[in-house]
Amino acid sequence: MKQISGNKLLVKALKEEGVEYIFGYPGACTIDISDELYKQDDITVILPRHEQALVHAADAYARTTGKVGVCLVTSGPGATNLVTGLATANYDSVPLVCFTGQVARHLIGNDAFQEVDIVGITRSITKYGVTVRNREDLGRIIKEAFYIARTGRPGPVLIDLPKDVMAELGSPEYPKNVNIRGYKPNTSVHIGQLKRALKTLAKAKKPLFLAGGGINISRANDVFLEIVEKTGVPVVTTVMGRGAIPTNHPLFIGNLGMHGAYAANMAVSNCDVLFSIGTRFNDRITGKLHEFAPHAQIIHIDIDTASISRNIHVDIPIVADAREALTKASEYVENYTSQKWLNEISGWKQEHPLAMRPNDRLSPVDIINEINQQFDEAIIVTDVGQHQMLVSQYAQITPGKQLIMSGGLGTMGYGFPGGVGAKIGNPDKPVIVISGDGGMQMNIQEFATAVLEELPLILCVFNNEYLGMVRQWQKLFYGKRYSMTNLRSGALSRRTNGEEYPEYTPDFVKLAESYGAKGIRVFNKTEVAAAFEEAKKNTKVPTLIEFVIDPEEMVYPMIKPGGTLEDLIMDC
Amino acid sequence: MADKGMKKRWISLYVENQVGVLSKISGLFSGKCYNLDSLTVGTTEDPTVSRMTIATVSDDETFEQIKKQLNRMVEVIKVIDFTNTFVRMKEILYIKVFNCSSEDKVELFQIAETFKARVIDYGKDSLLLEFVQTATKNDAVVKLIKEEFGRIEVVRGGSVGIESISMMER
Repeated sequence: MKQISGNKLLVKALKEEGVEYIFGYPGACTIDISDELYKQDDITVILPRHEQALVHAADAYARTTGKVGVCLVTSGPGATNLVTGLATANYDSVPLVCFTGQVARHLIGNDAFQEVDIVGITRSITKYGVTVRNREDLGRIIKEAFYIARTGRPGPVLIDLPKDVMAELGSPEYPKNVNIRGYKPNTSVHIGQLKRALKTLAKAKKPLFLAGGGINISRANDVFLEIVEKTGVPVVTTVMGRGAIPTNHPLFIGNLGMHGAYAANMAVSNCDVLFSIGTRFNDRITGKLHEFAPHAQIIHIDIDTASISRNIHVDIPIVADAREALTKASEYVENYTSQKWLNEISGWKQEHPLAMRPNDRLSPVDIINEINQQFDEAIIVTDVGQHQMLVSQYAQITPGKQLIMSGGLGTMGYGFPGGVGAKIGNPDKPVIVISGDGGMQMNIQEFATAVLEELPLILCVFNNEYLGMVRQWQKLFYGKRYSMTNLRSGALSRRTNGEEYPEYTPDFVKLAESYGAKGIRVFNKTEVAAAFEEAKKNTKVPTLIEFVIDPEEMVYPMIKPGGTLEDLIMDC
Repeated sequence: MADKGMKKRWISLYVENQVGVLSKISGLFSGKCYNLDSLTVGTTEDPTVSRMTIATVSDDETFEQIKKQLNRMVEVIKVIDFTNTFVRMKEILYIKVFNCSSEDKVELFQIAETFKARVIDYGKDSLLLEFVQTATKNDAVVKLIKEEFGRIEVVRGGSVGIESISMMER
């Protein structure tokens, strides 16, 4: 059999894995791979303008298509620029395979130009990482990487490719099968344990489902909805789990957690059985651990054993893929409706409905409501901060809609490149990016990618001239000392002791236009609907809509960090 | 930290004999603030497999979490909890004692005999002892010799353990 180079085998492997898009940025150590990609037409290369944006784009592509996102970057700084994106994907269980260039083997360890130990750097933020030291291992390692990334609890895998290994000739074979003795993810559900869980649920007087991101990842939404409707048990979701059942469903209460709905948090505090699926009980949802769901027996389905009984004690653990477990459960469930319990919940809903204070000025909720009305089908990608929490509260996620964000790591700068990746994976769906003015500037260079790839993204910038979420904490807990959060501050404001501030910079509309995108600025409620209508007309270029909003806008309700429901701040 | 069942525990770990695995395992302990009392590693009868013996001081919940975190690592083949199983466990300890007088040497020979140690090297005014016993006994020996003698030098291997056939010792 004719021998081929490692570079050729890599491209062959990508084709066999069905990779359609690769998000890449070139460099000296990967130039031979770029060359091989040039010679073929099956895989399209997308060239974001920064490696961080590249990995976020691949991440959003993976989240919105269910496929593995693939990245290719060079050694040294190309590799280190992946770090934030790998951690983001690791936290939110996103399947990625990232190829990093590496200097030739004889140079490793010599502090060669653009040499870093990227496997060492990323060891704790990847599911698996390895340097290919021998040409004959290359095919097997790539095969394993794709398998590890997408199975079990999905996650990012990094493969470091020394330049000389890739140049070496070797077998053209790409293996068909994987056998990793230390990695045998178990997806199937233990029936006995599942029956025990359902028995407990049946006996409950105040049963509650807690749905996490795992339901969305395993695409278990349909079967979960079926179970919810059969049982009549109400549902709260985490931010990542939003959309697990349609948010307009009568049994959906709301999100729980730090910025969760009052009724959702009350339901958790008062339920007697909490049937949770695909969540790791992050501190942002539990608040003070001892007082989380104090009356409840807790059932927990999760693919990751290490997520069970880590933060809170679980009474009935079930290690399984959410969809497999729920599909099995759907055969056994019955109607457990407790009208008294549902009435109690609707009482809380009426007592403190989720609402923003009335504002004559343009309010974030006006914008989100308009999106809810105008789009039956859409992928909404948020950045991180106040707007993210507001979207998680108010965005209606119904079938045909998907909400993605950096939930675990909370990575500012995720939104825009995330939109790029989502749109590439879903060319026929509207993709709406919602970002703050801070996060937008963290990957603003992606205008070039979006324009050149002809991606008609709708980019909503909620501009309050502040890093709003930190400002919110400063307002509530730091005596309104707005240190480091005013995005107009600088030399002039220091010189004048805060008397004078320059105009906001950048001018987002002009900036968009300079890239060849469209820009619209909106000041009033009355202009919101028209702005979206206008944006929809641009089918070849992205449209940025800058919404100039009130800097005083806050996200309520809010539970104090580390607090309990009793520390709930409704408004002030 | 809550003192819920804080105690010393042991894990025997089968891992892939690959570059970076030791770093990954030890990185887990440092990254997640788990105590790592000792860690030994060596290859097994199968050269592609290494076996580690890990000692940690932790409470019940943390220890459960440690085992789960180890188990989910791709490079980890098998995690065995040695805390409550029948095992044989030993540690090698070298103690070099300097500035010994003749009386000191006599005493050190007596200590060696008492603790079933060996005097393996000998100089004009120094002596090298080798102990192969449980880590707990080694703790005691180090304490004793440190108290009795002036300048000493200690190196320890960390416990290695294997399931016993019929007897237990740790």
